[in-house]
Amino acid sequence: MQKLLLLGDEAIAQGALDAGISGIYAYPGTPSTEITEYVQHSKEAKEKGIKSSWSTNEKTAMESALGMSYAGKRTMVCMKHVGLNVAADAFVNSAITGANGGIIVVAADDPSMHSSQNEQDSRFYGKFAQIPILEPNNQQEAYDMVQYGFDLSEKYKIPVLMRLTTRLAHSRAGVVRMATQHPQNELKLPDNLKQFILLPSIARKSYKALLANQVNFEEESNISTFNKYYEGKDKSLGIISSGIAFNYLHENYQETGVPYPVLKINQYPIPRKYVEKLYAECDEILVLEEGYPIIEESIRGYMNNGKKIRGRMDGSIEFDGELNPNKVAGALGLPVSQGRAKPEVVVGRPPVLCSGCPHIDSYKALNQALEEYAKGRVFSDIGCYTLGALAPFDAINSCVDMGASITMAKGAADAGLIPAVAVIGDGTFTHSGITGLIDCIVDKSNVVIIILDNDTTAMTGGQRSASEGGKLEDICRGVGVAEEHIRILRPLPKFHDENFRVMKEELEYEGVSVIIPRRECVVTVNQRMRDKFKEKKK
Amino acid sequence: MKKDIILSGVGGQGIVSIAAIIGTAALDLGLNLKQSEVHGMSQRGGDVMSNLRISDQEIHSDLIPEGKADLIISVEPLEALRHLPMLAPDGWLITNTNPYNNIANYPPIEDVLAEIEKVPNHIAIDADQIAKDIEARRSSNVVILGAACPFLELDPKTIEEAIKKLFGKKGEMTVNQNLEALKEGRSFAEHSCE
Repeated sequence: MQKLLLLGDEAIAQGALDAGISGIYAYPGTPSTEITEYVQHSKEAKEKGIKSSWSTNEKTAMESALGMSYAGKRTMVCMKHVGLNVAADAFVNSAITGANGGIIVVAADDPSMHSSQNEQDSRFYGKFAQIPILEPNNQQEAYDMVQYGFDLSEKYKIPVLMRLTTRLAHSRAGVVRMATQHPQNELKLPDNLKQFILLPSIARKSYKALLANQVNFEEESNISTFNKYYEGKDKSLGIISSGIAFNYLHENYQETGVPYPVLKINQYPIPRKYVEKLYAECDEILVLEEGYPIIEESIRGYMNNGKKIRGRMDGSIEFDGELNPNKVAGALGLPVSQGRAKPEVVVGRPPVLCSGCPHIDSYKALNQALEEYAKGRVFSDIGCYTLGALAPFDAINSCVDMGASITMAKGAADAGLIPAVAVIGDGTFTHSGITGLIDCIVDKSNVVIIILDNDTTAMTGGQRSASEGGKLEDICRGVGVAEEHIRILRPLPKFHDENFRVMKEELEYEGVSVIIPRRECVVTVNQRMRDKFKEKKK
Repeated sequence: MKKDIILSGVGGQGIVSIAAIIGTAALDLGLNLKQSEVHGMSQRGGDVMSNLRISDQEIHSDLIPEGKADLIISVEPLEALRHLPMLAPDGWLITNTNPYNNIANYPPIEDVLAEIEKVPNHIAIDADQIAKDIEARRSSNVVILGAACPFLELDPKTIEEAIKKLFGKKGEMTVNQNLEALKEGRSFAEHSCE
């Protein structure tokens, strides 16, 4: 048997290859990016013709996957937790249409917000859509669950959600690969060619079928090998763990083993049979789960009139932030180990724009052009350039969700904040900015939209951008921006005066302006040079 | 055998290759391993930290509990101090003394080094100077790995083999520079412990 050293993300990708996917669809987002990248770099995937190019956003990814499922093939969709918000329309409705070929939707959550704007828990989306959820607690399980998930998806003709969190996504461990691989499915249309038509008359029936399946999904959870009941002698406490919390629990009983009964829940709906047993057996229950207290809330109930249930809701563990072995030790009443105090001399070292980054030159020109106006009129977006919020730039006033810069600038301009400026990157613009720009054109809004074009999706490591090769001005022209107000700049120190002048002119123009400072990301330039050098050496 | 190691530095300083060398050696010895990495936003010149755990027993958590790390290996002195709460009372701190100064309020380096001196078990090494002396400027991180070697409890031969395996593609010169860097770091640490 082959043993590989894989990130949690990579284990999922290898699992998908071995389970016979024909395509993987995704938009990059930390901590999910490495799943799709693994497939893109896989020789085996290339030989088998597995589709793996980036989608423009999570919604287009989800829909493409649904189409591949319609055609009978297995497919995976990957995104970070907030990406599932973008894909939500397609995702929730896919529970009603159901699947044909198996679909696994992977959502990688980021509790503690290492690289995100919130720490929402994707399990709620699974519950909302009423589909099965899988949540691995280690790399091996992440690999094994994919094959299982596809079988489950095809057994019930239903998409399956797989949820993981940053610490598993970005941690490496040994993974044993299956001896045999599942071949790709043949092209095969749904038995019922109306399965994917959600006309009310059809959707009502499909929804009833989904509801009827809930009891089956729960039974699958009851018999799943990913859910396990471990007997324990000391019944003063019963512990429920979900996902990675299981590891932190065992870390605290490395030598002795856990003395209490433990229910490990890694597949949902919650396996009622086991919960009832634990509840009946133990004096009180402690729920350890990474993310929001979804299991805890379900068991506690609104009336909270049963046995004592401890977890995040009663403060046994703080509500926000990711779990760790020390937090779990505290909740268990064990001594919490501590190291030396952090010396006072230690100061923060926040991330910064790279030396030579084109955004630096764009922000310098913009800041100077805005000097004559009162502060607080720059709406920005998600990407490296969000670092413009920090010193020495202090250049932006918002960062909310993908594409919000343009539409927030429009709303503010509508309210009378003139000039209102949007700063967005090329990847974010094609992801969700174009529709906002169309709103501005239709409404003749007075906004200045700066699209920082570094020809890549930089923050997540330089993935291909949908507007690669300078397509932005064509897109802007196409949706109706006036030719003379599409201004292309070279963000370099030597062009500062010219860039400042152009920005100033467009700030004074009443209507939609688009300014495109264009220069390749320094990280991708360096990478390209290194690759070229290696090529030469060969 | 169990070693819980915190690797720290600034994004782009190459703590990942230190982790890769130790990890490869550990796997060759048939040990279990878990290694968490930092991806995403903080890679852009911010502080980065990685948890590396190796053991002949099953490893449960991907994260090392606070106050339980056997070693902190840092390629930057201020970043070494940032993670002191992770270090066990009898743990060792192995750090570069060369500051990576990309922030406006970087404290005076004497103050930083004075705090490192306060840690009972520590090796403070000017890895950049040593790397320069042996004409292997880009191998200062391997010098630090060398200084950590006496505390790793791994057969030094397996670390050398791991370097050969990982740097082999880059040519014999790179391999030899890194082996030399490893040796220099190790001998520095052995002398300071005498």
